[in-house]
Amino acid sequence: MGELNQVTLEGSGTGFATTKLSELLAWARKYSLFKYPFVTACCGMEFMALSSPRFDHSRFGAEAPRFSPRQSDLLWVVGTISQRQAPVLRRVYEQMMEPKWVLAFGTCASCGGFYDNYTTVAGIDKIIPTDVYVPGCPPRPEAVIDGLLLLQDKITSGDRRPAIVKPREDPIRDLVSIGKKPSAET
Amino acid sequence: MSERVLQALKDKFGDKVVATHSDFGDDTAVVDPSVWRAACEFLASDAKMAFDMCTDLCGVDYPDRTPRFEVVLHLYSISKRHRVRLKTRVGDEYGDDAVVDSVVDVWKGADWLERETYDMLGIVFRGHPDLRRILMYPEFEGHPLRKDYPADKTQPLVAYREEAEAGVPLGKLAPFGPDEGMSFGRRPPVGPTEN
Repeated sequence: MGELNQVTLEGSGTGFATTKLSELLAWARKYSLFKYPFVTACCGMEFMALSSPRFDHSRFGAEAPRFSPRQSDLLWVVGTISQRQAPVLRRVYEQMMEPKWVLAFGTCASCGGFYDNYTTVAGIDKIIPTDVYVPGCPPRPEAVIDGLLLLQDKITSGDRRPAIVKPREDPIRDLVSIGKKPSAET
Repeated sequence: MSERVLQALKDKFGDKVVATHSDFGDDTAVVDPSVWRAACEFLASDAKMAFDMCTDLCGVDYPDRTPRFEVVLHLYSISKRHRVRLKTRVGDEYGDDAVVDSVVDVWKGADWLERETYDMLGIVFRGHPDLRRILMYPEFEGHPLRKDYPADKTQPLVAYREEAEAGVPLGKLAPFGPDEGMSFGRRPPVGPTEN
């Protein structure tokens, strides 16, 4: 019986793979995140880039949009949420089935950004629980993919604490020399 | 360019035209609110004026002035190709009694513009067919573009979550601080204060 408790996803010599039911469910869920896109502002353009072939988030199983919150797992809040939209967003979230996750796409959805006045909800976490924040105005699609992978890690580990995508160094910056002073060695 | 529009207004309304200027090429007439509607009807219907397009109508709050608000109307004549800006001044120092005649039945396009001006500044358009808020929600109290509306005051429709329930700080995320965005608005309120 001791061997059964071990988690071995690779098929062993016996041809069996054993796991816990919760981990199997998490594995299935993280690669089939049906999305509900709640797109309200300019970040939507970057969301389209993310969905299109160059960045292609269907590689991660997060492709299929469901335009009913009852059929979706992941709520993408893409853009500024005004005070007037807040009840709608809240209701969409409440209609989603458990388990459900929320991704705040861009600075406005994460914290209101520079909209700091009577019009805007300063971050969707003021009204609904949020799992992953992707800062950026708008965020690059790579950052959003980082956010999606972060969410998949969180689903695997069962961690429901909010997480923020960390900024990355741009790898291209070291490869191109346009606009840079030549360094002393060269 | 259309200074003869200003001259025609002065000829017709005399000293009810409070001031005129043509700064930066924009011909502007300030009229008394009592002739606001008559001036609009004249500009729209007179054959030499023929202002058939209401480009914009909005309001401005000058908290240090009495009357406090300006209603600004931009007009264009498609047939005559001339423009004029018409203003009037209403409202006492507390923003009460800001009433001006509606011009919706002169230019139908002024309907939503007047609703917006009412919503943002609380200027009442007498005779408007449906003077409701247009941008803000009906539960909103006050008029947000008045200078005495606090810059950081929100009126949420959905109760905000508590930090205890959320388990995380709900303030602004770094690098956005509490002053981010509207720091120029974080001054003591301007204008007259009550009591």
